[in-house]
Amino acid sequence: MREESETGWAPRGSSVSFGRRALLLLDSISGSRSAMIVAYAIGVLFFLVIVFVPPVFGILLGGSKIFEMLSHPDLLSRGGSAIAASFAIAVTVSLVDLAAGLPMAWFIVRSRSGWVSTIDTLANIPFIVPTVALGYSVLAFWGGSQGIGSLLGSQFVLSPGWQMIVLLHFAFSYPVIVRVMVGALQGYKEVYETAARTLGASTFTAVRTVSLPLLKPSLVAGFLLAFARSLSETGATVMVAGVFENGPVFIRNARVAGQESPLLFVSLVLIVASSLFFIAIRIFAPKMRLPISTVWPRLEKRLSSTSAMTSRNLLVFLVFVLFVIVPSLFVVLPGAGAAVDGTLQEAVSARGIWSNYWQSIGLSYLIALVATCLNVVAGLPMSVLIARKRGGRAISGVLDTLINIPIVVPSIALGVSIGIFWGGVTGVSEFWLLVFAHASITYTYFVRSMIAAVESIPVEVEDVARTLGAKPLMIFRRLTIPLSKYALVAGAIMAFTRSVDETGATLAVAKKLSTAPVLMVDWVKGTVPATPHAIGLGLGILVLTSFASLLVLTIATRRT
Amino acid sequence: MPAIKLVKVTRTYGRIKVIDQASLEIADGEYVCILGPTGAGKTTLLRLIAGLVTATSGHIELDGREITNVRPEDRNASYVPQQYALFSHMTIRDNVAFGPLARGCTPQQSLETADEMLKLVRLAHRASAFPHELSGGMQQRVALARGLAGRSPLLLLDEPLGAIDARLRVILRYELRKLAKGLGVTVIHVTHDQQEAMSIADRIAVLRDGAIQQFGRPSEIYEAPGSPFLANFVGGANFLEGVVVREARGATMIDIAEGFSITSSHDGHGMGDFVVTSFRQEGTLILTNASLEENVIPGTLVSTSFLGSYLRCVVNLGRVGEVVAKVPVREALERRLPDRTGELVYVRADRGRIMIFDRPERPLAVELEAF
Repeated sequence: MREESETGWAPRGSSVSFGRRALLLLDSISGSRSAMIVAYAIGVLFFLVIVFVPPVFGILLGGSKIFEMLSHPDLLSRGGSAIAASFAIAVTVSLVDLAAGLPMAWFIVRSRSGWVSTIDTLANIPFIVPTVALGYSVLAFWGGSQGIGSLLGSQFVLSPGWQMIVLLHFAFSYPVIVRVMVGALQGYKEVYETAARTLGASTFTAVRTVSLPLLKPSLVAGFLLAFARSLSETGATVMVAGVFENGPVFIRNARVAGQESPLLFVSLVLIVASSLFFIAIRIFAPKMRLPISTVWPRLEKRLSSTSAMTSRNLLVFLVFVLFVIVPSLFVVLPGAGAAVDGTLQEAVSARGIWSNYWQSIGLSYLIALVATCLNVVAGLPMSVLIARKRGGRAISGVLDTLINIPIVVPSIALGVSIGIFWGGVTGVSEFWLLVFAHASITYTYFVRSMIAAVESIPVEVEDVARTLGAKPLMIFRRLTIPLSKYALVAGAIMAFTRSVDETGATLAVAKKLSTAPVLMVDWVKGTVPATPHAIGLGLGILVLTSFASLLVLTIATRRT
Repeated sequence: MPAIKLVKVTRTYGRIKVIDQASLEIADGEYVCILGPTGAGKTTLLRLIAGLVTATSGHIELDGREITNVRPEDRNASYVPQQYALFSHMTIRDNVAFGPLARGCTPQQSLETADEMLKLVRLAHRASAFPHELSGGMQQRVALARGLAGRSPLLLLDEPLGAIDARLRVILRYELRKLAKGLGVTVIHVTHDQQEAMSIADRIAVLRDGAIQQFGRPSEIYEAPGSPFLANFVGGANFLEGVVVREARGATMIDIAEGFSITSSHDGHGMGDFVVTSFRQEGTLILTNASLEENVIPGTLVSTSFLGSYLRCVVNLGRVGEVVAKVPVREALERRLPDRTGELVYVRADRGRIMIFDRPERPLAVELEAF
């Protein structure tokens, strides 16, 4: 029987097409150990050479220049308070976001109200609006007479400063928390809570002592993402900062002023501090316990009453509308103005400042496309390597932690470091410098998404395929890719939109070239003279293109 | 020539020995069940044969060819995991065609084979359905068809009936055997269900703590289990500990408690040996009157439960312990056995049916544990 099977199943040369024969050849090559090693090596090498080492260690090539700043006490104290402000704002904003976003996520997952899907969509708005547009929107709403001034009176109008940074960061971190917690709650089995309630716990007690501790990993993940976003954001923060400085604003100001030492020094401190903070959270968060040993039955029962819950929901919605939705959408107003006063025609005919605008849009999309393609090609083997622990438990664990660093480190510091690293290498043009910077910043989004998808494919699927005679490449193209294609598309689009949105690293790296968000910062800061209507329209176009790509993302992921 | 041969195969994870010196010889076309409690290492043993786990030591041969370090894709042994792992993004037909395709057949040939196999498992009419559209039983048949389509001579089934409801499971087990025998493939079937193993296997390998305890025909294991554990795990039995007090040819007398003794026709133990005697529950008789026969012990009826064709009676024998008797219902009716708890009864077992084992190193209760 075996004899027959071996001869009977040999492919017949004549009837096999060339393409198929090539695939079969590649498949059989992939069966060799060295082919697999080469594929994984490409993944790891790309990660180290492009994504990880230049942004994190490039700064050290700055040498003694970095520490020149130490002899300027005034600069040192300014830099010190800027860094402290960055961390203080990031921690505060993330905690407040957690408090405001968690009940919202709870409402979206648990409520049977007909409004759920509408609110779910609204909660994504700060995602859809690119951060620079959000920055201008927040500035116009909280700082302009047409915004909060016309609603509550001119005494509520804020001038740019740290308060506005907090409001801005709160708005753009909000959807991050809501997304993470909605995902976690959907996967959470309500039966634990039900069990606690049948044992006599009030809803509030059950949630506090049972659900939240079980959801802790997601709470930590949400906190870290919000924290990283706040620490890293540059473009919009520059718009609303006024004379106040946090880390990224300080670096940007130093760059504009041409002060190299403070630029390097603060970047180095931010890179080290944020990496250490992240690693510390990863190590200590699993050991941290939420207080669950005491229960206050009467108080918690009162907090579980229908009226208490209704007032809590109302408060949550009020915060959501006033601090997230309205400030995010306020950019529509000047944008709409542009349609009636002739700015639109000017823009369409690419006259004056608009010729640069369209160029920068083109550049933004080109960079995003190239960076995303690089990440997809090099990120796929890396995702499999980490998800399937191919390099052994220890190596995969270390890589798993390291791939998070590029999104934790403030992007402007990362950009400074990349600039120094590649500045020493001849032949790397400014365009490629920008591509590398964007690849580094968006890498994590793609690879994280792919790791989760590959992990969700049962190992048995691959095992079965192997015992049926499939070579690794065949398993990859016929099983792994089709089974994770939505995550692949979603991850790629996430990386793409994040790249289009990026300002920090671009500000640090670019000398002559200018991407769309960086140009917008120049328009808002008045470096390039532009009318509010022009700014509104410029940002509006960014919003629309971003919206379009997110629409594709939603459609692509909905089918999973 | 044996189709598959394992020689002292050991697999360790850190300090834990998951498979401990397992040796097996399975003939071409044989249907073998690997039976064992949860955590015994059954799946690991199967994955070792599939090549999905590598052996720490020992070696494995397939048709006389050493395959210990051959990769799964080059072994020609199809693995069907517990949850089937059907490819959810492919139709049933593409699922089944995957094996031939992977082995280098043209798409055309592969689909033809798939159709043939689907006909064999009576699912040709569902060829274009997706896995999630089928019932558990149908999915199981698809997994089987997929495993067979590559024409591999060895089929490795991990709890193939585990996810199927109890009634259907009993029907499907015979189908499984019929199909395998019809195609002449060698099957290694992992299960924790002793009835399943007894009813379909040519031979059973009982696995415990990674070691093969006994390998033989179902009747051999039932009639002559090698240890108290085997007697309990395969078939179920009563156990009484005691000391050998008289030893003659064909009559070993064991003292099981002050004043009570049991005589067995089995030899091989010497005077003063500490032993465990054992007799099957279905070979345990319940009498209403004391008689002068040997091996009669008085006790009180603790409970009776009606299980269809027989009654399950639990009798407390005082210091001696507790025994279970399975009495055919008709016999119970004819002999008017007591059914009220607390009544005095007598328990008896034939000397020919009483097995004797060395007393195990660990306490009897621990030895018998099967989880």
